[in-house]
Amino acid sequence: MAIDTDKNVYTVVFAAVMVVVVGSILAFLASGLRPNIKENERFEKQQNILYAMGVSENGDDSGSVNFVPTDKVEDEFSQYIKEQLVIEGDKISQDDEAFLIDLKKQLANIKKGQDYKLPLFIGEKDDNKYYIIPMYGKGLWDAIWGFIALDETMTVQGVYFDHKGETPGLGANIKMRYFMDDFEGESILRGTQYAGISVAKGNNDPLNKRKDDNAVDALAGATITGNGVSAMIKESVQLYKPYLETIRAK
Amino acid sequence: MALLSKKDTNLIMDPLADNNPITIQVLGICSALAITAELMASVVMAISVVFVLGVGNVVISLMRNIIPSKIRIIVQLIVVATLVIIVDQVLKAFAYELSKTLAVFVGLIITNCIIMGRFEAFALANGPWRSFLDGIGNSLGYGVILVIVGFFRELLGSGTLFGFPVFGDPIMKTGLYATGYENNGFMIIPPAALIVVGIIIWVQRSRNPALLEEN
Repeated sequence: MAIDTDKNVYTVVFAAVMVVVVGSILAFLASGLRPNIKENERFEKQQNILYAMGVSENGDDSGSVNFVPTDKVEDEFSQYIKEQLVIEGDKISQDDEAFLIDLKKQLANIKKGQDYKLPLFIGEKDDNKYYIIPMYGKGLWDAIWGFIALDETMTVQGVYFDHKGETPGLGANIKMRYFMDDFEGESILRGTQYAGISVAKGNNDPLNKRKDDNAVDALAGATITGNGVSAMIKESVQLYKPYLETIRAK
Repeated sequence: MALLSKKDTNLIMDPLADNNPITIQVLGICSALAITAELMASVVMAISVVFVLGVGNVVISLMRNIIPSKIRIIVQLIVVATLVIIVDQVLKAFAYELSKTLAVFVGLIITNCIIMGRFEAFALANGPWRSFLDGIGNSLGYGVILVIVGFFRELLGSGTLFGFPVFGDPIMKTGLYATGYENNGFMIIPPAALIVVGIIIWVQRSRNPALLEEN
C-alpha cells in the first residue's frame, strides 16, 4: 500500500508524530543524564575555585592547566576552603553550598533592582588567606566567567577563566596558563580606586614584568574577549568593594 | 569477496579528492573558516561531523519513503539537531572535559551545509548502507581539508601544532625566532582560511584539469 505523502493531512500528522517522538527521546535523555551532569558541574566549580587559589596539579613548567582530579576534589575543597560566605546587602552569612549560587541569576536580579546574594570563598593555604571572588561577564560570542583570588593587600594571587563559546585559538585562549598566569601579582587597586586589571594591547610588556600597571598583555586576535575579561574583573570587584574594604582595613 | 564493491568504495573515496565537499562542491566553508585556527579543534570538528553525517544519513535514508516532501528540510534539520543534542548530552554526562571542548562546535554542526546537502542530495534517494558510506566519505573529505587548513594556520600563525611549540618560543626568541622569524598574525584570523582553502583548490585543479569548469 502506497501512502500519499503529498497530502496535507499526512504532512500534519507526520510533523506531529515527529515532534512527539523527538521530544520524548530528548526529555528522557535529559532527565536520565541530569544527575551525572549536575555532579560534573559541581566538581568543575570546586576545581575552578581551588585552581584560582593555586591548589592544582600544575607542574612548574608553564604548560597546561591541570586541576585537582575529580575523585579528590570534594575532600580538597573542604580542606582548603575554610569559609563560604553569602553577602546579602549588609548581612553576611555562611553557607556550605554557596559555591552553587548561580552568579548569572544574581547579576540579573541586580539589574532588575531585586535582592541578590553574592558568594565569596575564603581559602587558606600555607598560612596565607585567599579571598576568592566569582566573576561573570560577556565575551565575543557568549558568556565568560571565572574566579579571582586576592590577598589582604588586594594583590591577585591567581585567577581562573572559562568561556562558553569563544573562538578556538583566539578568544578561547583566555583559559590558557600563559594568559592566566600573567595576572598573578597584579594589584586590582590603582591608588585607592578599585580599578581592576585591564587586558591591554600594546602595553609593551609581553613578559608582564611590570606588576604595578593594572594591565596584562592582550591576546592577539581576541580584542573583544579581552575587553570582556577587563570589564568582568572591574564589575565584579566593584560589586564586592564594600566587603573588600573591610578586609583591607584590617 | 571484497567487503565493499567498487561502487561502494567510490562513495567513500570520491569525496576525499575529486568530489571533495569543500574544494569542489564548496559546501561547509563557513565552519572551515571558523574553527581551523587550531589543529586540535579541526580534528575534533572532523570527528564530530563524521559521526553526525554517518548516522544522520542512515536515519534520513530509512525515513526517505515516509518523509512528506513539503516539510522534508525541516525534518532533516530536526534529525541533525536531535543527533547533535544527544551527543552533547551524553558527552556532558560521561566525558565532561571533552564536551567543553566541543561546546562551540555543536551549533556549527547543525548549520553545516554539508550535512543538509548530503541528506538532500543522497540519503533521500539511496538505501541506508550506501547512505552511510556516502556520509562517512563526505565527512572525511571535509575533515581532511579541515586538518590541512588547521595544520598550516596553527603552524604559521602560532608556531605550534596541537599546542606544542614547533619553532621555539616567540617571546623569549629561541629556536627559529632567534633568526628574526615572526609568527604571521594574519593566519589566525578567519580570512586566512579562505586563502588556504583557495590555494588547495588551485593546487587540486591544476593537477587534475578534468575538474576545471568550461566557460
